[in-house]
Amino acid sequence: MKKLAIAAATAVAAVLAAGPALAGKDLDTIKKRGSLICGVNTGLAGFSIADSQGRWTGIDVDVCRAIAAAIFGDANKVQFKPTSAQQRFTALQSGEIDVLSRNTTWTLTRDSAQGMVFTGITFYDGQGFMVPKKLGVKSAKELDGAEICVQSGTTTELNLTDFLKANKLSKAKAIVFEKIEEAVAAFFSGRCQAYTTDASGLASTRSKDAKNPDDYVILPELISKEPLGPSIRRGDEDLFAIVKWVLFAMVEAEEYGVDRANVDQMKSSPNPGIKRLLGVDEKNDMGKLLGLKADWAYQIVKQVGNYGDIYERSVGPKTPLKLERGLNALWSKGGLQYAPPVR
Amino acid sequence: MRAPAAGAWWNDRRVRAILYQIVFLAALVFGVWLLVDNTIVNLRERGLRSGFDFLRSRSGIPISESIIDWDPDDTFGRAYLVGILNTLRVGAIGIVLATILGTIVGIARLSSNWLVSKLASVYVESFRNVPLLLQLIFLYALVGAVLPEQLNPIVFGGGFFLSKSGLMFPLLKLETAHYVAAGVFLASIAATVIYNRWAKRRQDATGVSPPRLFPSLGILILPALLAFLAFGAPAEFDAATKTRFRFIGGGSIGPEFLTVLVGLVLYTASFIAEIVRSGILAVSYGQTEAAAALGLTRGRTLRLVLLPQALRVIIPPMTSQYLNLVKNSSLALVAGYPDVVAIEMMTMNQTSRALEAVLLIMAVYLTISLSISLAMNLYNKRIALKER
Repeated sequence: MKKLAIAAATAVAAVLAAGPALAGKDLDTIKKRGSLICGVNTGLAGFSIADSQGRWTGIDVDVCRAIAAAIFGDANKVQFKPTSAQQRFTALQSGEIDVLSRNTTWTLTRDSAQGMVFTGITFYDGQGFMVPKKLGVKSAKELDGAEICVQSGTTTELNLTDFLKANKLSKAKAIVFEKIEEAVAAFFSGRCQAYTTDASGLASTRSKDAKNPDDYVILPELISKEPLGPSIRRGDEDLFAIVKWVLFAMVEAEEYGVDRANVDQMKSSPNPGIKRLLGVDEKNDMGKLLGLKADWAYQIVKQVGNYGDIYERSVGPKTPLKLERGLNALWSKGGLQYAPPVR
Repeated sequence: MRAPAAGAWWNDRRVRAILYQIVFLAALVFGVWLLVDNTIVNLRERGLRSGFDFLRSRSGIPISESIIDWDPDDTFGRAYLVGILNTLRVGAIGIVLATILGTIVGIARLSSNWLVSKLASVYVESFRNVPLLLQLIFLYALVGAVLPEQLNPIVFGGGFFLSKSGLMFPLLKLETAHYVAAGVFLASIAATVIYNRWAKRRQDATGVSPPRLFPSLGILILPALLAFLAFGAPAEFDAATKTRFRFIGGGSIGPEFLTVLVGLVLYTASFIAEIVRSGILAVSYGQTEAAAALGLTRGRTLRLVLLPQALRVIIPPMTSQYLNLVKNSSLALVAGYPDVVAIEMMTMNQTSRALEAVLLIMAVYLTISLSISLAMNLYNKRIALKER
């Protein structure tokens, strides 16, 4: 009986393992399923967080909605799968999710050896430190001897050890936690004298988790480049092109001044660039080239918004995170957000 | 008796039995092959690299607690070793403490004192019936809330401090005298064993029991003490001193380790208490009465009559509790303690060698568990009823 159970278990495992290998292209799978499965953060205000009604908000979440709007013409055809920093790559590699949009830093290792490709940059970030104000620390270089809470499974822990080494802060000690919630809770309970993660994450945590946000300061140094963006599995060029151009379309829409509020009026704009983007010009159907409907970009802007819309409502100065556009402003306004032309 | 009916060979029960086994084995081999082949093909298709070569590359990861020296420049292989040692540390100390606490509580539950036995019952029932994961999360939160801040620790004196950073204690600066004393002490242990064997033989031969306790203690302590004094009795301690953020220096035990250790001990001891209680109850009361009739003291009754019989009942289930304790230590990562699972999870994430990392973890637990089983089985054989 026991042997039979083992044989059955082996057979089941074999079939399960066979699943993804026999599956066709990822885009076909998504279309057949009728919805996009998107791996997001378990809870990071401004990027992906669910409210008490289970409604997801944030930049990463809106990127997923935009992709769904482009593919299906309906931004709601997304299933969100919360993933931890440690689960996220396995979830993508194993086919459990189609797109990973979870404040993930684009690095060479991840782009080459981990079976995934990044499709663009939705947020330019950098790693920083937060400390209790009463310690009177003014610079990260004063942190020798401090205990620093950090989440494991990220580039953050690697940047931290590099920074400590480069600045000879040999007495500083990293306390590593599996989940971001655990690291944050440990920091606010006083276990560590500093907490490190991406600067946007620090702002998010301070606004959401601190009893009194004014008791904590974010130190001025950014110790790394953290370009965050969505990624997909290797091997599907069609899906790669779509996700990439969804991001570009959102930036291009902002460049043309096409936003969620005025997109319907803009449809009658005489500007050929806007006409091309919104799919008004039938002789110049950009969507077809991507295997999408002509109004793919119109649906993105109409249902989700342009890049600026998403930024302002997720992390902008009017939100609790209070993040200025900074590096994430359009290139024409001194930032780095730049899109190749939709033509 | 009926003569075996001459019939077709496939009606022969023995032939069938062999046939079934062959079919099963073939299915098993095919299943394993399918699994391995699929994995390899999948990995290749996704452009994932595989293999254990990552163990030799620089890790760059921070590890907060380690018995051996750790630097982020070290390899993933050394990180693995650090993790194994951390798991062994919490497992070994945990097993000893859980056994002691469990035995005390188990005996306390049998106590005729109403308060003692009820307290023991409440302890056992509450810890045994709440998932360990929750206990660990709760304990860690409690540690964070209860302990004082780093710069205002509880001072025990003698260089001992307790704060949110854990327990700080002074470390002896090791010199020749300490090594010599330790060597002499080890020799004394051997001498004590020899003395006690001689005492037992003498008792068997003459019926007179020579004193054991004080001579044993004397042999154990005096030579080591003399050696230590002869080398000048150096006793310099390295204690923690206050810096800008916390006390640094000397030895320290992090709150993460303490949480995991205390959690594992409290949880496992509640099971061990029940095992000890049932073991003692399994020995019939007649044995106690018989021992009393022979004029044995209470202590000797327990040591010579009750315990040897109770142990036979206790040891097998105790083995599985030890195994559980070691395996449950994998929950350490919720409290931020860098055991082998936590470190291999980090490794997995930095190198994306999920299969390899999990295989490494499984190898560690399998080795530890089989070693514990082996040791306990040997012990069990020694104390088992000798059938002649």
